[in-house]
Amino acid sequence: MITLNHYLVVSGILFALGLAGVIARRNILIIYMCLEMMLSAGNLALVGFSRFHVTDGLPDYTAQALVFFTITVAAAEVAVGLAIIVALFRTKQSVEVEAVTKLQG
Amino acid sequence: MPPLLFYLFALITLGFGLNVVLARNPVTSALSLAVSFVGLAALFISLEAYFIGTLQVLVYAGAVMVLFLFIIMLMDIKAEAVSARTNIAAIAAGVVIAAILAVQIATVSSQLSISSKSTEQAALSLEKAGAQWEARGKENIPTISRDLKAGTLPDAKLMGETLFSKYAFHLQVVGLLLLVGTVGVVALSKRDSKEAAQP
Repeated sequence: MITLNHYLVVSGILFALGLAGVIARRNILIIYMCLEMMLSAGNLALVGFSRFHVTDGLPDYTAQALVFFTITVAAAEVAVGLAIIVALFRTKQSVEVEAVTKLQG
Repeated sequence: MPPLLFYLFALITLGFGLNVVLARNPVTSALSLAVSFVGLAALFISLEAYFIGTLQVLVYAGAVMVLFLFIIMLMDIKAEAVSARTNIAAIAAGVVIAAILAVQIATVSSQLSISSKSTEQAALSLEKAGAQWEARGKENIPTISRDLKAGTLPDAKLMGETLFSKYAFHLQVVGLLLLVGTVGVVALSKRDSKEAAQP
């Protein structure tokens, strides 16, 4: 029997994996992929709550509309972020986060 | 959905998600992330969110991952050398913070009263929803109430109804955001004419 708790735990573990990747990895591209993973984990929790909050015999579509907007914003974010990464690669010839230390003084 | 399938797809999502974090080669990471997203789409479909599941495959596993692979191959990034100095502090912090967060989420969610409901206990009643829609009179959308009466969940139609009636303004704002994003990407990737003139 699958309960909402199962989905929330999967979502939480996926978010934690993404967070671990963002903190521990040095390659900007992989950090970016882990960010996408965290967004998706949030989406999974939202869809889970939507399905288990039954209103008038239907899932709560407000949550799914929010997921729709999240996916759209994430797609826009990926496009802009990758353009920034390409610009960074052009100036530094590297995608390691250690290459960007100008603000460290 | 049989519990076995849930565990299978959860395992695919989390296993390949772990591979994204651990893999040394960015191409391996990107392909693992694509598989992980397909597993996540299967979980969405198990929650009867067919439209969101389709969107997940099309937008994430399709468009976003192709963009990632395109950039990785365009920049010709090599796999990190194994001998590269490992940042033990960062790795330890990542593991510890993530583990604390996962435990926290598990404890909180296991104490929610709603989260002990199973899919059978929170069953959808399409008949009732169909009757509700018919009772809305002028605001009734015949194609939706017909589908509900026939016992199928018109997921995409209900999503569209929600987005275009309740969130019409938000939808336009998001459309504007996509336009701004497109213009921004063009502005960012355009080389200056002076820079381009140099060899």
